[in-house]
Amino acid sequence: MIEINHVNKWYGPTFQALKDCTTKVAKGEVVVVCGPSGSGKSTLIKCVNALEPIQEGEIILDGIKVNDPKTDLPKLRARVGMVFQHFELFPHLKIIENLCLGQEKVLGRSHDEAMAKGAKLLDRVGLKDHANKYPAELSGGQQQRVAIARALAMDPIAMLFDEPTSALDPEMISEVLDVMVDLAREGMTMMVVTHEMGFARKVAHRVIFMDQGEIVEDAQKDDFFGKPRSDRAQKFLSKILSH
Amino acid sequence: MFANFDFDVIRRSLGYLFLDGMAFTLTLTGLSALGGIIFGTLIALMRLSGFKVLGRIAGLYVDFMRSLPLVLVIFWFYFLVPYVGQWLTGASRPISVGAFTSALVTFIMFEAAYFSEIMRAGIQSISKGQPAAANALGMTYAQTMRYVVLPQAFRNMLPVLLTQTIVLFQDTSLVYVLSMPDFLGAASKVAQRDGRLVEMYLFAAVVYFTISCAASFGVRRLQARISIVR
Repeated sequence: MIEINHVNKWYGPTFQALKDCTTKVAKGEVVVVCGPSGSGKSTLIKCVNALEPIQEGEIILDGIKVNDPKTDLPKLRARVGMVFQHFELFPHLKIIENLCLGQEKVLGRSHDEAMAKGAKLLDRVGLKDHANKYPAELSGGQQQRVAIARALAMDPIAMLFDEPTSALDPEMISEVLDVMVDLAREGMTMMVVTHEMGFARKVAHRVIFMDQGEIVEDAQKDDFFGKPRSDRAQKFLSKILSH
Repeated sequence: MFANFDFDVIRRSLGYLFLDGMAFTLTLTGLSALGGIIFGTLIALMRLSGFKVLGRIAGLYVDFMRSLPLVLVIFWFYFLVPYVGQWLTGASRPISVGAFTSALVTFIMFEAAYFSEIMRAGIQSISKGQPAAANALGMTYAQTMRYVVLPQAFRNMLPVLLTQTIVLFQDTSLVYVLSMPDFLGAASKVAQRDGRLVEMYLFAAVVYFTISCAASFGVRRLQARISIVR
């Protein structure tokens, strides 16, 4: 589904954010990407739907080369859902309008169809009573659940999560993770940048550990938590699992 | 000290002053603001676009307009627009566009330079995550701007845009140099006809002051309301 081959990326002339990154995510697979801050994990996931350009290598999404100048990027992005650290709901639109905008303007669905789909997804994330509120009236956890519903409304073939719980108060993290766990169990293809190792243990198939722009470890979940091969991954795990 | 003044001249000419003069001024202000904001937004988008050439052209335009006195621009446009019309349509002689059209085009082009800077600040005030989220949904650049960025930028900047429109309202009095019948022009005509310069210019000042002051007060209240909603 997602293939990342020998990707190199620089910010400016000197700072290399990604160094020869290669990995892939198969259909129905849940891959968690972790690593210390500044390791390039967010950058990597943003490259997958070309929100960030890459300078070398290639990324192939469902058979289409993302970094080909001839690729119709809006069309490709419409097929991949993305959830951001800071939710990025559209503050000037009501919750239900947030869910309808992409469906109507990008997919060309009728207003009624979009509303029905939006209402169904709001119900699914447990927020159907909030359809006519504005994002600022909701808590962080609720906003992030709306953001997930907004992405799902486009009927994506895969979902990208960029630190979806990092900006949340601790008591709100589980309500978002619950939605993500359900999604994973339904067989959604997911690439998730997160520090939530509990989530990784529960539903991930593979875990990727990044440090300083490199993919240091790319292992099956049990191998990763059981016996990480690299020192850096071991150190990272011991730091975040010890308390 | 007012013994020699005849303030009744104001009462006698109220109909002409407001129904003709003020109506003209408000029409010119409204249309100029509308056109200036639309054109200014386009200039702002050019400046913020990734294309260096477009950005430079827009930047030069803004600097150029802001470096000229408005009165001069009004004069020049009045003389130039007929020739530009001739050049565009290939007519054999300069096209007479009328003083109102000429003034309107002038104000739209001149004010667009100022409105564009306001809209540029407004667009830059939107966090980069917003267009990223719109792009991630599959929206094109135009859709992202139209449905996500510009509505927010416009709302954030509404008080400043309205304040600039109040300045524009006062600036429209400069069409007086083309002897157009705006509010000041009308007051001036009555003043010259009846020899009541002091009365009429005093009254004109009071009217401009009152309207601008009231409008500014309205903008401040609007600002307070918007800041609560956000």
